[in-house]
Amino acid sequence: MLGEGILKGLAETARNFFGSYVSKDRLTTIQFPEERAPRIEASRNFPFLVYDGTDPMAGLRCVSCLICEKECPPKCIFIEKSTDKKPDAVGKPQFYPSKFNIDISVCMSCQICVEVCPFDAIKMDNAPSPTSTTTRSIPPKPPT
Amino acid sequence: MTTATLPPSATLTSQSGDSDTQLLEVSMGPQHPSTHGVFRMDVALDGEHVVKLKPIFGYLHRNHEKIAENETYLGSMPYTDRLDYFCSITNNWAYALAVETLAGIVVPERAEYLRVITGELTRLQNHASLVGFLMQDMGASGTPLMYAFREREKILDLFETLTGARMMCNYMRFGGCRCDLPEGWLAQAKQVVDAFPRFLDEFERLLSGNEILMARTQGVGVLSKELAINAGVTGPMLRACGVNYDLRKVDKYGIYDRFNFRVPLGEHGDVYDRYMIRLLEMRESVSILQQAMRDLPEGPFTDPKTKVRNFRPKPGEAYGRIEAPKGELGFYLISDGTPNPYRYRVRPPSLINLTILEDMCLGQNIADVVIILGSVDIVMGEVDR
Repeated sequence: MLGEGILKGLAETARNFFGSYVSKDRLTTIQFPEERAPRIEASRNFPFLVYDGTDPMAGLRCVSCLICEKECPPKCIFIEKSTDKKPDAVGKPQFYPSKFNIDISVCMSCQICVEVCPFDAIKMDNAPSPTSTTTRSIPPKPPT
Repeated sequence: MTTATLPPSATLTSQSGDSDTQLLEVSMGPQHPSTHGVFRMDVALDGEHVVKLKPIFGYLHRNHEKIAENETYLGSMPYTDRLDYFCSITNNWAYALAVETLAGIVVPERAEYLRVITGELTRLQNHASLVGFLMQDMGASGTPLMYAFREREKILDLFETLTGARMMCNYMRFGGCRCDLPEGWLAQAKQVVDAFPRFLDEFERLLSGNEILMARTQGVGVLSKELAINAGVTGPMLRACGVNYDLRKVDKYGIYDRFNFRVPLGEHGDVYDRYMIRLLEMRESVSILQQAMRDLPEGPFTDPKTKVRNFRPKPGEAYGRIEAPKGELGFYLISDGTPNPYRYRVRPPSLINLTILEDMCLGQNIADVVIILGSVDIVMGEVDR
């Protein structure tokens, strides 16, 4: 019968429409500001520098070996190596970056800097970036 | 850029011999919503019929190959994600395979299984969304595409948990994968894969028997077997013409010889066959995934002897190719012993499948050109590189 396929298809859309009220698999949408997807540990946003202790500048793990600067595919890391040494978190004198710039507009979040770092001094951030220009309009994060 | 030019429209006369009519030259794209990106077609029309069609590429050219020649071998891995941004994992795989052939790296068993699992998940989401897009081109706005995207979303969630990104996965490394499966991933993936056939059944009930779909697609854009082989067309496009050529069976790269699956073949080579091939391939992929997840062994996920930094393969050349969802994706590399490749060449399936567009479109209606292009399955990131 002509039109049978169309009617069967309509039955399928009806099943999906009514099913979306009862079945979670048929409606995967998350109503964003009120409801949030759990944060994924592996997800990667932009790299940041890791520090030990409480003072970010004193406890910086980076010894400015310049490996990440060399390996970064789009060359978005710019490091200026210090001329003097400073004690790190365990008290050993180390070089430190007097400048560590990451051009976020160039970074493509590929995580290669994290992989090549021998000191685990750089990691990827997994915080979602805000979708609003002001922090006030974002509702507070629901308790986890 | 220089564009291939047609003679001015006034000089083109209608083939019907009627001196009152002139051909109409239409430039479709590059900002046309149905061209799947920045693709342009110069179409000459006689009434509704296409008499000439010139595909014009290059609007998304990003110099991928030359950039890769100035990068380290590892450094171009994240760039391969951006070739065919729908299936970044298979792009990674093809590149990793080429480098592994070049440097003679042996991939551990678990890594091979992880590659098959992620690669077949990529095929599922690519084909599902392609069918959705094809329906969108035909005017079935929304419903099939959203159903396909709903399933794709679940697969992308899996990718994000595993690799950290939904589309730019950057997952493969030379000699294995970047990371092992996180806890609970396999169970979640099994759930998604086991629920997938239900979606396929629904999709088939929704679309395959639909009279409008059949009227629009059957006998439209027919590609002959001979032309497809001569033009180097690969992938579902070629198999829809009835040529039994699947690199998973021909090359048996990785561990594909261990899985039991069939290669669906079309008969007529029209748009409907290409649509049907995708649905059938998804069923086969589900079966491969179920076998791979059942057999996944324990062990290392990467070859520990391969260096991440300062990786220099010996001088030589290699070609690595895999069956990407769109066709044969190959990487050709020449090494001169330095940390960056001397020559880096991509054989993109989309570009080569697109070269026969004119032959499929001649004599068809202008409205059919859109669905013929939709059935080719192109991603401009890969066509232009």
